[in-house]
Amino acid sequence: MIPHPNGIPRPHGTQQPVLEVRNLVKHFPARGRGLARRRAGEVHAVCDVSFDLYPRETLGLVGESGCGKTTTARVLLNLQPATAGHVHYQGTELTQLSRKAMQRLRRELQIVFQDPYAALDPRLPVNEIIAEPLRIHGLYDSSGRADVRELLGLVGLRPEHGNRYPHEFSGGQRQRIGIARALALRPKVLVLDEPVSALDVSIQAGVLNLLADLQAQLGLSYLFVSHDLSVVRHIADRIAVMYLGRIVEIATSDELFSAPAHPYTQALISAIPLPDPRKERARERIILTGDVGNPADPPSGCRFRTRCPLFAEHLSDPQRHRCTTEIPALIDHTQTHRSACHHTELSRSPALSGLSVVTGDDLPRSARSTRGPEGR
Amino acid sequence: MTPVLEVADLRVEFRTDEGRVPAVRGVSFQLSRGEVLGIVGESGSGKSVTSLAMMGLLTGSSQVAGSVRLGDTELLGASDKELSRVRGQSIAMIFQDPMTSLNPVYPIGYQIVEAIRAHHDITRDAARSQAQRLLGVVSIPNPSERMNNYPHELSGGMRQRVVIAIAMANGPEVIIADEPTTALDVTVQAQILEALHTARVQTGAAMLLITHDLGVIAGQADRVLVMYAGRVVEAGTVEEIFYAPQMPYTLGLLGSQPRLDLRRQRLHPISGAPPSALHLPPGCPFAPRCPLAAPVCEADEPPLVATGTGGHLSACHFSDQLVGVAPGDLFRPISQDTPL
Repeated sequence: MIPHPNGIPRPHGTQQPVLEVRNLVKHFPARGRGLARRRAGEVHAVCDVSFDLYPRETLGLVGESGCGKTTTARVLLNLQPATAGHVHYQGTELTQLSRKAMQRLRRELQIVFQDPYAALDPRLPVNEIIAEPLRIHGLYDSSGRADVRELLGLVGLRPEHGNRYPHEFSGGQRQRIGIARALALRPKVLVLDEPVSALDVSIQAGVLNLLADLQAQLGLSYLFVSHDLSVVRHIADRIAVMYLGRIVEIATSDELFSAPAHPYTQALISAIPLPDPRKERARERIILTGDVGNPADPPSGCRFRTRCPLFAEHLSDPQRHRCTTEIPALIDHTQTHRSACHHTELSRSPALSGLSVVTGDDLPRSARSTRGPEGR
Repeated sequence: MTPVLEVADLRVEFRTDEGRVPAVRGVSFQLSRGEVLGIVGESGSGKSVTSLAMMGLLTGSSQVAGSVRLGDTELLGASDKELSRVRGQSIAMIFQDPMTSLNPVYPIGYQIVEAIRAHHDITRDAARSQAQRLLGVVSIPNPSERMNNYPHELSGGMRQRVVIAIAMANGPEVIIADEPTTALDVTVQAQILEALHTARVQTGAAMLLITHDLGVIAGQADRVLVMYAGRVVEAGTVEEIFYAPQMPYTLGLLGSQPRLDLRRQRLHPISGAPPSALHLPPGCPFAPRCPLAAPVCEADEPPLVATGTGGHLSACHFSDQLVGVAPGDLFRPISQDTPL
């Protein structure tokens, strides 16, 4: 096991992580607009991202568009080369592996994509789609057909569905086919990249239940990438929140929702509408100003400062100076809860964050809002 | 109270190679002054087609029947000239993707000015200062500089604010917002809902808010229509719909929704998938997925009728059995789908 730069908390006691990500960096060249498309700097998609994934746990990776969550997932599977940093999978360093060596490991690290319409070959019957990874890895033998049938059953489809083509299925069923394919090689780690975002809510629920069952049954570890905090709250044991390429907070799901420490997490949670009229109307919101910064030219120091309500309203000039010049490091609040803010004592103080403890059926509230509850 | 907008038995059919597709099958509702009416439903339920048909924005292969009255004016079958007077003036529309309503080759200031001058006989300068004020109202920073920006120079959230400014420009009586925040990140969604609220308060307009997001409906709507397979299957106040639903589909939607305010618990999905509009089952279109379905459901499509209390309507043969029923009582916490 490699040491964590800041001594990562061990949420699972002495258990060894299956996947260790350390200081992962991914830059993309940014091209100019002209005909020559000259290199015009770099997009800092992922910056210094570190986390562990433990056996049988679900780690949610959340953030808004462009925060680098999908890039993180792709880079850690070596689908795109890392610019810097390390990914350890059970003692093997993935970032340095040859294609061939990586291919062998792909049996154990699989991915499910967001769009079940784009991820399945329309010209292959479902049996062949699910058999393909087995064939590639030379595992499709005399019991191959039975294996495929079993996989179909595992995801809630019938054997005769195997003879049909992807277009004959609904979105939810296609996503089940994608999951069956990912499970064909009996992986240990499943990266789920927005797996239910394209599905209607009544269909999404069945796929989420299926993922929970499969994890219990097969002992899988999930890295669950999503923009939807309600879904992540539902499925994840721990959650990492990303903003402009950096993890700004990581905690157990309960900690994150009961005592969010980073101003961005607080705003994100407060922005999500609750499907409950009385609760929803009694809440106060933190409305952020502006948009996410440009990853090709991220703000200096703390990347969130340009939208941070704490920075805008509650800091002295010397305090602000620190935000603009110094990149905040992740600091520990508990064994399992870390956030990256220079002024955590302020952001966590009830007077400012006002985010009361979310226990059980309670919900976060904020006293810091641009508008009170609507007087309807 | 007299409604500003009254829709009666709206029907839309598309003619396709495979036959007639009834996308909207008899939708009726009234929108009162200043009210927010939410329409919620999943993909293909007909909620967007309803709004497009109301505005006369469906063409070609579609057939629209029924009545859409704005005050004393019948909009269905009105000439293009009459409709142009109404669109943008009395009724404003906000779509999911702001790039579909903004013209990419003109600065946004110019486009707002055009919208104002299309309906008001005022000078360009007066319209310009009006446009600038509107950009300020929807919280666009530095409005005077932003006036000269082209849509592509703005972020998605900023563009949607411009669309809201245009919608407000002529003080409409009705704003139709069709998935106005669906393409946006959640922190930006909060800003846009805020801007929509401002737009409504400042113009006094009633709003038809179409969305698949139960959270947005819970926070914004006064009354709610739940659509399924081209029909309204339940209608009521936001409290009736969320706390005392009387149609199994509504219960199913609520039970499928993962919630931020609840700890991890088993979801209760609806098995199966919505029917294709090409092959609607003969009775209740929800019957194949409904745990309460009985032979009567497969024979007769239930009408949308009062459930007893005030304006609460439901289209279910067994709605009286749903009083006090929670989603978990009706739907099982399954992970296996009902196969095709």
